[in-house]
Amino acid sequence: MDIILLLFIFVLAAFLGFELISKVPSQLHTPLMSGSNAISGITIVGAIIAVEAGDSGLATWLGFAAIVLASINVVGGYLVTDRMLGMFKKKGK
Amino acid sequence: MEDLINLAYIVASIIFVLGIKMLGKAETARKGNMLSAVGMLIAIVVTLLAKGLDYKIIFAGLVIGGGIGAVAAKRVQMTGMPELVALFNGFGGLASLLVGWAEYHRKSHLIPEELLGVVEPMNEAVAASITPLPTFTAVVIVLAILIGGVTFTGSVYAWGKLSGKLGGKALVFSGQKIVNALIALAIVIPGILFSLNPTGEMAYTLLFVVIIASLLLGVTMVMPIGGGDMPVVISLLNSFSGLAASAAGFIIANNVLIVAGCLVGASGLILTVIMCKAMNRSLANVLFSGFGSVTQSSAKGGPGGEPKAITVEDAYYVLEAARNVVFIPGYGMAVAQAQHAVKELGELLENNGCEVRFAIHPVAGRMPGHMNVLLAEADVPYEQLVEMDDVNPTIEMVDVAFVIGANDVVNPAAADDPGSPIYGMPIIEAHKAKSAFCLKRGKGAGFSGLENGLFTAPNTRMIYGDAKATITGLVTQFKDS
Repeated sequence: MDIILLLFIFVLAAFLGFELISKVPSQLHTPLMSGSNAISGITIVGAIIAVEAGDSGLATWLGFAAIVLASINVVGGYLVTDRMLGMFKKKGK
Repeated sequence: MEDLINLAYIVASIIFVLGIKMLGKAETARKGNMLSAVGMLIAIVVTLLAKGLDYKIIFAGLVIGGGIGAVAAKRVQMTGMPELVALFNGFGGLASLLVGWAEYHRKSHLIPEELLGVVEPMNEAVAASITPLPTFTAVVIVLAILIGGVTFTGSVYAWGKLSGKLGGKALVFSGQKIVNALIALAIVIPGILFSLNPTGEMAYTLLFVVIIASLLLGVTMVMPIGGGDMPVVISLLNSFSGLAASAAGFIIANNVLIVAGCLVGASGLILTVIMCKAMNRSLANVLFSGFGSVTQSSAKGGPGGEPKAITVEDAYYVLEAARNVVFIPGYGMAVAQAQHAVKELGELLENNGCEVRFAIHPVAGRMPGHMNVLLAEADVPYEQLVEMDDVNPTIEMVDVAFVIGANDVVNPAAADDPGSPIYGMPIIEAHKAKSAFCLKRGKGAGFSGLENGLFTAPNTRMIYGDAKATITGLVTQFKDS
């Protein structure tokens, strides 16, 4: 694992993030928050990897619990954001 | 296969970048959200392609979690949105904590066979290069657990405050700073010791100390923060949940986690800064001052003395004659669930030839954009929503500033009393309108515990009682005439 490379990616992503969303209209604050919150559920990838076959030890069950929690975060986050943005849309026309 | 998976992760990362960019613009926001969901789907599906996974357990987890999330998202009332977002956020944080823990467990249990069995005679350099738990990994495990733990208990505590289960007041006790410092030490010292020797005998115990102390820190961090400062806290916790995911990405050396987590961290931080600016306070002040915990017994009694009340009927006659009305909603509108009644009143006023606008302060309510969500739910036309900076220059033309359950965001002390704790906070200048109606449940002070000069100003009339009942009363008056 190349630590420097990973840090490099992290720093670039941080700058990209700040550039992308430096100015957000206030009506989008809530959807941006709950939508990005859903993205933070990406940790589900780490949770899936933790559940190895043939190993029913602690790591598997920690992974299982993490999958449940992260998928609540992901599915719930995306759906609720879509519901909110749907309401914004209606009045936009 | 490995390459294919990593390529797909790059694609997913790009999609997240595009999605979050689109989420920041009104016209494309909904598509952006869907796009980022597609990115998530890609990331999950290709992860499942990796060899040696236990699919039964994985799918069970996905179905259970997905089901709970879907039901919660469908059922939630728009007024309950801040709580739900806080709760989801907390779950994400806890998931990252568990991932950190699980990875440590896995990696630390790889050691006996691989180190003792395979490579017996080796020099130190070789040993360092093959050890499955380098110091860097140990450090990021501690970070994922720390940030994830704080996110989890902080968010759950915020959820409790927002839903009224734990009371919305800021809680400050003597020695709070010392307790916090002790907790911080209980994280830093074991964290360092653990990182120096992550496979030692004491390592697991040290990690448990870090886990428990992190969970405690989340509680003590949110405890001294009052209801009105919640928008800041929620944004900050949102940022943390992304950083926790990013730290988990460092543990497993996974780019998509690092990128996506970092983007969320950045966007959450931006929102946090916007919220702090809207209150003219620093983040440190919001987090540590225990603002709103002490109710100031107003030393100076405001300019106008006693507030003057008005009946619903009299208010109707004024509104009927008004040509320019601005509604200023606050958390009280959310509590009274008055948004639908407000929308109806707005429509009637408009049909009556009146110009109607809704002025929204960035920190009105309990989460960023809270009022926008509620008014959107009630179908208030988009063009009628205006931001603070657009309303203030024209406020003197306004016949009636109609304040619904807002307090500190219209408190003139922020503009002209240098001694006031909220001095310097940008406000909607309702006191400069030709007249103001303030709907308020009782005579108590606002979240900050401050007297509000607007309520005692000569051209202000108070309408006490439940906001929804009051506005419904006004609507009935309009319809009957």
